[in-house]
Amino acid sequence: MSGSQQALGFGQPVAVSQPPRPSWRVRLQGSDTTWAIAFVVPYVAIFAAFVIYPIIYGLWMGSNPALYPLLFSDRMYLTTLVNTLLFVAIGVNVQMFLAFLLSGFFMNRSWWVRSLLAIYLLPWVLPGLTVFLSIHYMLVTEWGLLDSLWRAVTGHDGPLFLVSQPLAMGANIVSYIWKWMPFWTLIFLAGRMAIPQDIYEAAEIDGATGFRRLVHVTFPLLANVYLICTLLSTVWTLGDFPTVYFVSSGAPARTTDVLATYGFHEAFDFGYPNLGVAAMMSALPILIPLVILLMRRIRLTGVQL
Amino acid sequence: MSMALSSGRRRRRGFAKVPAVLLGIGLLIWTLLPVYNMVLIALSDDGDEFTGAIWPDDWNWHSFQVVWTEGYWYLEHFWHQLGNSLYMSVATMLLTVLIGSLASFALGRMRLRNGWVVTDFALLTYVLPTAFLAIPFVHLMHVYGLTDSLWAVIAAEVTFATPYAILILHQYGKLIPTELDESAKIDGATPLQVYLRIYLPLMAPALVAVGVYALLLAWNEYLYQYLLISSPRNTTVAVAIDQFFDSDEAPWNYMMSTALVYSLPPLAIYFGLRRYMVAGLTMGGVK
Repeated sequence: MSGSQQALGFGQPVAVSQPPRPSWRVRLQGSDTTWAIAFVVPYVAIFAAFVIYPIIYGLWMGSNPALYPLLFSDRMYLTTLVNTLLFVAIGVNVQMFLAFLLSGFFMNRSWWVRSLLAIYLLPWVLPGLTVFLSIHYMLVTEWGLLDSLWRAVTGHDGPLFLVSQPLAMGANIVSYIWKWMPFWTLIFLAGRMAIPQDIYEAAEIDGATGFRRLVHVTFPLLANVYLICTLLSTVWTLGDFPTVYFVSSGAPARTTDVLATYGFHEAFDFGYPNLGVAAMMSALPILIPLVILLMRRIRLTGVQL
Repeated sequence: MSMALSSGRRRRRGFAKVPAVLLGIGLLIWTLLPVYNMVLIALSDDGDEFTGAIWPDDWNWHSFQVVWTEGYWYLEHFWHQLGNSLYMSVATMLLTVLIGSLASFALGRMRLRNGWVVTDFALLTYVLPTAFLAIPFVHLMHVYGLTDSLWAVIAAEVTFATPYAILILHQYGKLIPTELDESAKIDGATPLQVYLRIYLPLMAPALVAVGVYALLLAWNEYLYQYLLISSPRNTTVAVAIDQFFDSDEAPWNYMMSTALVYSLPPLAIYFGLRRYMVAGLTMGGVK
């Protein structure tokens, strides 16, 4: 749910399956049970009407086996698959790694680093629509800001980003990182701040400083957070729509589409909703194991988002 | 600067100043470049977007005037659409806080039997990529009779915002002593009274965080607003901005000034409530 990446910002542990000590009573009785059920009914109703129903309807739309040979015979679709793979693999990992390193930089609490952090988080709160459009217009002509800067510095014309497939795909990935890296930096920053200082002091006595401290102390302590964040980001990136839709807009000639935009175009521009659903459902073999792994991980570890 | 650093170890080592400042400048440029580009285009003259300037020659506020006076074809319902965006986002916020807090109260405080099933529903929804539900959603809204209605969008946004609300409120609620509930019950309070008088007031910081989250999620989301509303009067600013994008000749400076105006509310909320948004993160602590 890429839109909700802002979410974790609040960052409380989320886990739930192991109850803490009984809090209302040992067991609800009589009218209390009725009350409790009445309180969860609104959410359960929403879940049934707007999550279960569309999932089942979507599965039904994409259930015709004839759709899949049709899909795989489309060369655009194969390009889309490769693009999605690159988008997720590069986008998620580069973003996570840089966010992890930058969170170390932002541990410095001097006034200018704190002010910088406030600005650095802006992409997280700005609407994806507006910033991705802005990036699109930086790239789409040779008179965009990037090319103008390039010209000002080197005196030569810059590249036409949206004419070259690799450059356009690269622009999508970089834009995605631009938008979401601040959020993950914040998560890692919270993780680092929760590490007790005496662990570092003990490590220093044992001679671990600088790089060795990062590798042998900080990273092991945050490894679980890093894993969960990576999984979560993978799922959300897999279904990311606005980045590619606005930044490269599929250009050149729909060779930079990812699954979400491909399915969107099939369904709403070309009028084949079933094919669009089938395209998105082709991500299920990756999506389902990821979601199961993620949910188990979050429940098991008591979570830490 | 070193005075601000807490640990003695770091004070001795010092903050490697030059590389840090260079990194800081790099991050600043990296972050602000797309924002600056919006301002640059918005301030350029009509049809003047192709000069390749990296600094606005004259500060031409004309495009903002056009937005203000609805002086362009795609902007003729601008204020009405801004109202729609606001209405949609605020309704999402209120419903998310209401439904989320009720559910988290029943699950976390009242310990409803088999409540973990509901929590798992929330968790599942939270980790799903929302765009994958978009195509069935369009059909769904026909079934529910919500075509071309803001409430279709509100339903979608509430669906995607509530899971996070439930998970976070559930967790935050563990910090509040349960003895409060017990003693109120002994005094004869009904569960509804406990929820209203004890739970909600004590949960206020978490409710603010969750409310801000839902508001921004709805405001910043685009796909569902585009798909579920069709008529210009009912649509939102996000969709109006996209009309510029789809058209070949629409002036970029108008589009970017609209985009800037549209970006202001999230910015205001961020700078006003940043403490709530960020503090919660450090409060719970990541294990």
